[in-house]
This record gives sequence, structure tokens and C-alpha cells, in this order.
Amino acid sequence: MRQPKIIVVGGGLAGLAATIRVAEAGVPVELFSIVPVKRSHSVCAQGGINAAKNTRGEGDSTWKHFDDSIYGGDFLANQPPVKRMCEAAPGIIDLLDRMGVMFNRTPEGLLDFRRFGGTLYNRTAFAGATTGQQLLYALDEQVRRFEVDGLVKKYESWAFLSAVMDGAGICRGICAMNLRSMEVKSFPADAAIFCTGGIGAIFGRSTNSVVCTGSAQAALFQQGVDYANGEFIQVHPTAIPGEDKLRLMSESARGEGGRVWVPKNAGDTRAPRSIPANERFYFLEEWYPKYGNLVPRDIATRAIHRVVYELKLGIGGEPAVYLDLTHIPRATLDRKLEGILEIYERYLGVDPRDEPMKVFPAMHYTMGGIWVDNDNQATNVPGIYAAGECEYQYHGANRLGANSLVSCIYGGMIAGPAAVKYAGNLEKGCEAVDASVFRRERMRQQEINDGLLRQEGEVNPVTIWKEMGQWMTENVTVSRHNKELEKTDAKLGELAERFRRINLSDRTQWSNQTLNFARELDNMLVLARVITVGALARNESRGAHYKPDFPERDDAKWLKTTRAKFEDGEIRLEYEPVDISLLPPRPRRYDAAT
Amino acid sequence: MADKKQVIVRVRRRASPNDAPRWEEFALEWRPAMNAIICLRDIAERPVTRNGAKTTPVSYESNCLEEVCGSCAMVINGRARMACTALVDSLEQPIRLEPLTKFPLVRDLIVDRSFMFESLKRVKAWVPIDGTYDLGEGPRMAPEIQEKAYPLSRCISCGNCLEVCPQVNAHNDFIGAAILSQVRLFNMHPTGAMHARERLKAVLGPGGVADCSNAQNCVQVCPKEIPLTESIAEVNRQALKQMVFGWLLA
Repeated sequence: MRQPKIIVVGGGLAGLAATIRVAEAGVPVELFSIVPVKRSHSVCAQGGINAAKNTRGEGDSTWKHFDDSIYGGDFLANQPPVKRMCEAAPGIIDLLDRMGVMFNRTPEGLLDFRRFGGTLYNRTAFAGATTGQQLLYALDEQVRRFEVDGLVKKYESWAFLSAVMDGAGICRGICAMNLRSMEVKSFPADAAIFCTGGIGAIFGRSTNSVVCTGSAQAALFQQGVDYANGEFIQVHPTAIPGEDKLRLMSESARGEGGRVWVPKNAGDTRAPRSIPANERFYFLEEWYPKYGNLVPRDIATRAIHRVVYELKLGIGGEPAVYLDLTHIPRATLDRKLEGILEIYERYLGVDPRDEPMKVFPAMHYTMGGIWVDNDNQATNVPGIYAAGECEYQYHGANRLGANSLVSCIYGGMIAGPAAVKYAGNLEKGCEAVDASVFRRERMRQQEINDGLLRQEGEVNPVTIWKEMGQWMTENVTVSRHNKELEKTDAKLGELAERFRRINLSDRTQWSNQTLNFARELDNMLVLARVITVGALARNESRGAHYKPDFPERDDAKWLKTTRAKFEDGEIRLEYEPVDISLLPPRPRRYDAAT
Repeated sequence: MADKKQVIVRVRRRASPNDAPRWEEFALEWRPAMNAIICLRDIAERPVTRNGAKTTPVSYESNCLEEVCGSCAMVINGRARMACTALVDSLEQPIRLEPLTKFPLVRDLIVDRSFMFESLKRVKAWVPIDGTYDLGEGPRMAPEIQEKAYPLSRCISCGNCLEVCPQVNAHNDFIGAAILSQVRLFNMHPTGAMHARERLKAVLGPGGVADCSNAQNCVQVCPKEIPLTESIAEVNRQALKQMVFGWLLA
């Protein structure tokens, strides 16, 4: 039997999980990543990872985890895969524990769990407030072990450019660019698993890392890979504003008892701690008595916007609210939240153990992503698989906190074996594909580079990027109005026109970051449109997608998955039914008293 | 003192490892809460030096911008640190940005730190699990052990500890504090400890733990405040023990 060959693109949690599962089956993997995989964006995840292990006798169960996830996602997710993920979660925690993740412990030496948003149970395992970093390292270490064994070959500092497609529309490998030598090369493979993460850069500033551009997803989309539910963008309620980045202040701060408030009187200029309790407006606790500060993120974000923009109660008239931990003992904070408190302290020079933090919502996560099937993480293109944030499967219209880490690992663990199985069943492997197929794609990509390097324009790509980010953040995040969405779509078209006149201020052939950025920007402009036209079409409010002109969820018309296709250079939206076979949709009301 | 409205940044540049280094100076518009990354982005948007000459954007590595990915280590005003937490208002101007010097240069502020990842292979910095299938829960662990191990597991492989170590130089390939601290971490884990001897063997040879000269610079620059000198002392103790008594167990 021939040995299959698998490529994984992206070395975050999903990519590493997929890599481990493929290598464990004895199949060689080529792992591509823009950054050394240990520096992937998964390290930024802070608060924890959900699994209903019911260690506190609260009566939690995987079914309740499933119910919370579907309800939290406003019934847009296909239910069977989400159920399977929730069932797998306790086993995933055990696996990570065996790999040596330094999870916080109880006095008995068992894993400690805390509460997170959108649930009433202590279901979130955590390693301080740097859980993503700890999980990524554990998987990175296992992959390094396979690397030593010769089963994994890493291509770090390589950027994915395109899939290599044969005449029958089957993916036969990828084309990638070495970010040092700028060499463009085709790599044959029987299947490619894409774990290329988030898309924050489309919004200019977000909680995401620099590499989270969505460029790979957008490139695949333009090659015929469908993109689903793009309009569902999570805005995290609590982040620290910054010019380069909006730094996340984890939901775990509220999970550990943090309270969100503003002074009751606009223009109250007193220091926060000198404002007496009866002159503070704890709006989340007041509006959502059952969940309080731990309502899901879309709810908390809209509440903060309402307080700031409608009630005009932002601190000192600014767009900011207090996230207050000062009532919690320092030792507890240090043990459970140190990683995030350190971030606040370093960037603002204020100790959040003494002073309430000032926070504001920020673009954080895309629920939408590459369309995959219900069972195998397979896209609509044979040979292409996807897992992690870059695909759409697990979070519906809004993701619950601490569900991302579990969905990344679970998706990767499904995608790996599925790709191996597919590759093993192929009649003709990638080695039998005519060399001209690989050469043609390489030349096509090289020509794009040559064109960009030759071009004599007057526009700087950074300027276009900033403008795109501003438009997307203003019009396609928390509140969406059809008129503004139309204008944004037109603006994106104009920016795409201007992109044709960009000037690369660096034309060298060594470690040229400008060239790669230009290519990413070109792709981002396409994905930005997918998000915008998806939002424009969906005339309802569901989860993170909120239209004041259509404030209600409309199951009769919109309980369906958006499926964007790219045909003849145009984005076309199709819709398909959501699998609601396990839980009948019910109204999503976190403000209800019971 | 430079005009408060301006930020003067000097960057030590090299177009490739084969090119001679040169300094370029930039005058940027000051804004509140600026850091070194924002300076580099400003330069990318308008790559013109202070005296009006066109140049290329500066090549540099960055990713998370919250000091947890380890990408943006460089030498700023003579000190090895992360660029994303280097706040302009706390730096003396002109701000000098230079690449790390202990790693092969790629371009401008980018260096190749694969030495660190290769070293992690050398010391087998992992817990050798049997497989990813369901084998039940992990070993129980006292909270005190977790609280000791967790800070060590926050190492971001930035390389700052190697940069400031006098033992890392052209004549010596000392493995460095970060890696030795990982040896301590994995030897501390109940399953990892089963392979402690292999890890210690890896750091007994040339470039290993005995090469530490106890300068203690590493612990001063670690952005994660990892007790690196403590780790080195502990690994040294374990290694000595193995050297003296190891033959008894062989």
C-alpha cells in the first residue's frame, strides 16, 4: 500500500492537534506556518477550556454543555457535531493533563474548574490566565517529539498562497512562499488540512495576533472553497484599547467574581474606589439577574454599548466601563489571574488589584469560516479539510467563552484521521499527478508576486488596510444598519480598486514583509466583502449579528446557514438548513428571571 | 530633549546577513501609549528617513503584541527586551532598535532563533505520552507543585536570556537558561520525571549546565520573570547527583 502524504497549514491548537493525530497513525506530515508554531495566536487564549466533568457535584453534564453551547449560539450551529464535541471535551482535558499542562489544582490534587459566560456551572479548566499558551505548548512539545522521530517536517516562516488543484477539481497539494528567500514552491500532498485561525486584521485592530489575517481562508474561497456564516463576528466585551492592538481582558476576570459597572451619574469624576456602592450602576447584574456579569459575550457587549452610547454613562464621557476585581483577595488574583493582570499593569502602569480596570469591547473571534461537513471537517473541495477558528462548525451565531480551545483541539483531532482515511482511499495519489499541475500553480503565484513588485503606484498598502479596518469596525461589528453595510460594501470595492495602484516600498527578494502583507491585504479585502454582504442580507438579529432595524430573531426566514460561494469573480450567497434534530429552538432570554 | 511631538527612532539595519550594518534615523509623530511596534508600523506606512531619504520598511518579527508569543525580542536602547512592551514614553530618545546579537541575522531586526527549538529537542522537553486515545485522567498533583511548575511553563522562547549571557558566544554553544529551566519543568512532572535521566544526560556534555558562569544576567531580563537561576541551580544539582551516583542505577 502506498504511503499517504498530508499537509497541515497552521500550527496553532487545531493544526498541532491534527498533526499529532496524523503522525500518530504513522503518516508523515508537512506542517506549514508563518511563524514558528510555538508563537501561534492560540497562546493568547487566556481564561480556560470547557469540559463538563462535574467535579463539584453541581449536576453538570455533557448534555448541559451542549445545551448551553447551542442556546448561547442562538441555534445557528448544526447540533450533532456540537454534541459530539461536548462529549469529547472531558477526554480532551484528560489528554492535555497527561501531556503535562499545568492546570490549576484543588487541594485534593484534582483539576480546578471555574465559571465562564453563558453557563451556570463551574465547567472551565484553566492554567492561570494563560491557558491557551499552556495548551499550545503541550501540543507543540508532542509535535516536536514526532519531528525528532522523523514523522513531522516543519516549514516555519512559510506563507500559504494557494491550493494546487488538478483538472478534476481535486486538491493535490499547496503552493507556499518562503518568507526569507521569497521562493515560491509547490508541495504535493494527498490532502491538506487548514487550521489558519482568525481574521482579526480585517477589522484593523482587534484582540487577535498580527498573523490572523484570514488570508489563507480568502485564498481558498477564491479557489472554490465555500465560506459559511461569515457575518457572525464576536466582539469581546472587555479589552484594553491600544493603537496597535486591543488587548483582551479575559472573561475569567468575571468568572472569578469581577464586576462591571459605571458611575450612576454621568460626569462623576471621583476616583472609582471612592464612589460608594449605591452610586455605582452594576448594569449587567441589574439587567441580567440570573447570569449577572457572566452573560454571553454578545449580550455583555451590547449592554456596554447601550450604557456608553445611549445612556451616555461611559467613564468620564469616554467609551469605557469599569471591570472591577479590587474586592477579591490579592493572593487569589495572583493564583488564578496573574497573566492577564500583568498585561494590564505593563501597558497601563496601573495595578488592577488596587484600581478597577477600564475596558471596552473589541473584535475578538469569527464564528463563521470555511464550510465543512458535519462529520469529517471536510470542505466542499475534495482533499481540503479545515479545523479551528478558520471553520464555522461549532459556535453558531455566538461562541461561548472557553469553547474555542476545545473546538480547536476537537476539530483538529477529527480532521487528522479523516484526511488520512481520504488519502488512503484515493485511487491516484499526488505522486501520480502530472508535474505540470504543480508547475502551473507555482508560476501563477510567482507572476502575482512579480506583478506586485513591478507595479508603479502611489498607494501604501498599510493605508488601505487601516481604512478597511476602520470601516469594518464602525459598520460591521456590534450594531449593523443596512444603509451603512451597503456603503461599506461599496467602500471595499473602492479599496480593491485602489489596491491595484499600490506601491511596494520594498522590492527586494529577501525577507520582504511588504510583499507578503500586500498579498494578505488583497485577500482580506475579499473576505471583508463576504462578511459585509452576509450581514447585509441577513435581516434579523441573532447572536452576535444585531440589526436595530430587525431586532428579533426570525426563525421562519433565517434559521439557516449562510453559504458564500465564489463564482466568476463574484460572491454569491446560498443558504442551507440548520440541523436542529436534537434541541428545538427556543427564545434566547438571558434577562428572564428563571 | 527631542520635541515632545516627535519620536526619534534609530534602527540598525542590514538588508541581508551579507550586507554591512547601517543606522537609519526616523522622526515619527508622537501619540499617547506608543510602543516600539507602533513606531515600526509608522515607518512601514511612510518609509522615509529623518533627512527625507526614501527607504524600505524595517523587517521585524511580531505577533501577539501582549508579550506571550516571544516574537518581538530585540535590543532596545542597549537592553534585550520585547518590543511590544517597550513604551515610548518610558524610553530615552533617540530610541535605538537593534537585532539580538547572539543569533544569526536574517534581515534588519529579524534573527533566526531555531537554536532554541533545536535545543528543546536535544533535552527532550516533553512528557512522553503513550498516545492520544482515552487513557483516563492525568496524574494527581499537589497545588504546591503546580504553583512551582506553572511559572516555568510560561517561558516564551524569546531568547533574551541567551542574548545577555556571557557564556553564549562565538566560542561556546551554551544551551542557555531557558532550556535548562525546561529540563527542570519536565523533571518535575510525575510522568516527565520518568525520563529525567535522559534530559540530564543531554545537559551534562559540552554546552550543558556546567557552562553556566553564574553571571545571573538571564533572570534580570526574562520578561516572564521566571526564576531562571533557581532552575539552573536545581538542574545542576540533579546533574551532579546523576554524575556521581548514576553508575549505581545504570
